[in-house]
Amino acid sequence: MLFDSLPLLLEGFLSTLKLTGISAVAALVIGSLLATLRVSPLPSLRFAGAAYVNTIRNTPLLLVLAFTIFALPNIVQIRYDNFWLAVIALSVYTAAFVCEALRSGINAVPTGQAEAARSVGMTFGQTLVRVVLPQAFRTVVPPLGNILIALTKNTSIVAAFGVVEATALFDDLARDNPDVIWALFVGIALGYIVIVLAIAGVFRMVERRVVVLR
Amino acid sequence: MSAVLYDVPGPRGRRRGIVGTVLGTVLVLAVLGLVLRQFERSGQFVAEYWTPFLDPGIQRLLLRGAGATLTAAATSILLAVPLGVLLAAGRLSDHAALRVPVTLFVEFFRAIPLLLLILFIFLGFGADVGRFGSLVLALALYNGSVLSEIFRAGIAAVPRGQSEAGYAVGMRKTQVMRAILVPQARRIMLPAIVSQCVVTLKDTSLGYVISYTIGGHEELLRAGQLIYNNHGNIVPTIIVIAAIYIAMNSALSAFASYLQRRSSRTGKATPADLTTALVAANRDLV
Repeated sequence: MLFDSLPLLLEGFLSTLKLTGISAVAALVIGSLLATLRVSPLPSLRFAGAAYVNTIRNTPLLLVLAFTIFALPNIVQIRYDNFWLAVIALSVYTAAFVCEALRSGINAVPTGQAEAARSVGMTFGQTLVRVVLPQAFRTVVPPLGNILIALTKNTSIVAAFGVVEATALFDDLARDNPDVIWALFVGIALGYIVIVLAIAGVFRMVERRVVVLR
Repeated sequence: MSAVLYDVPGPRGRRRGIVGTVLGTVLVLAVLGLVLRQFERSGQFVAEYWTPFLDPGIQRLLLRGAGATLTAAATSILLAVPLGVLLAAGRLSDHAALRVPVTLFVEFFRAIPLLLLILFIFLGFGADVGRFGSLVLALALYNGSVLSEIFRAGIAAVPRGQSEAGYAVGMRKTQVMRAILVPQARRIMLPAIVSQCVVTLKDTSLGYVISYTIGGHEELLRAGQLIYNNHGNIVPTIIVIAAIYIAMNSALSAFASYLQRRSSRTGKATPADLTTALVAANRDLV
């Protein structure tokens, strides 16, 4: 039975990886923008960034997914299928954590760096883009890896909304074949563990490559 | 830090700053306005969508839903803390025969999605432990593993001289642990533990998938489903439920940062140690 469903499982994990990959890129972009808001000189932008982060951080992902999948089509006249609505929710949710990781990275760059950049006449934008952010990205490599791992695990929640991926397949297959539930669970769990270990490995490599000793 | 990114503005800079603040505020308000207008245009602000929430019956339904959610979270945490202590003790053991299996156990439960675990326990053992039991068991196993990592990081964050001093005066490992490391680590990791409680409270929402009830009361999201099935007001319902979750979690988050402020004021733990402990747990805070 397990071997028969192997192609199906592979497809499920492919969907998991697709959800993770697309959402990760989008979350990185949105998160960087939010982090810029949070360190900006304009109080209203700082406030908007903080409000976004605090709202998202205190809302369960399931509820964010319910909002984009059930409620969003009622508000704006767009017709995406559940996969893309789930991607929106995952990106919007993960972006808040990316923003916080980047912000703590920015705060970890020694103030002398920003002061030096300011004293040679760089503007706020130049200081941020040329001096502070490149260094901040280095210190946030480990937390970003953690967020990516969490995102991989979080994609499982879309199973509650009929998007087919690895956890949804477990639900289907285990209901139909209760006698092999252990094998299914261990098999799918191992699939996730492989992905998590791969991400952790890649990020450890990147971390060694870019680490700055202070 | 962010204040170093720009100069303290002079007179012209201040004028520019005022203009910028006004522009920024206008921008934020404009985005907010666009969102609200879209809500209005799609008819989400119609009175009959919102009046159901004034009904005492529906308020009671939501309140009991919040109660069920809180009960599930509290039960899981109460089970997870002793499990976490045991697992942390196992991982800190000098005997590989104990340390290796415990490490595998912890890493396994931290690496798999919580929903997969909930579904497995529900589909495999749901007949014995029930829906609520399945959710609580899964949450306890997962959070026990996460908490054990927090405990371990907290112990590791205590400066090494502390345990060395203990050994130097002839204490055994258990004595060093109980008399020196744990009391200091407790203060360091308290904020991380409370933050994990926020995560647990959020994670109980996954119980929606197996629709558990407590004393016949639906949890918060199922309660919401009952409401919008009756009134067709899905958008307002999601907003109200999100508001309830945000209120509960903000209270807990505020408590966590209060603890953090207090411990960094009176405690001897350095901020760097605190962050080490918190960053170690970071992956599970998302």
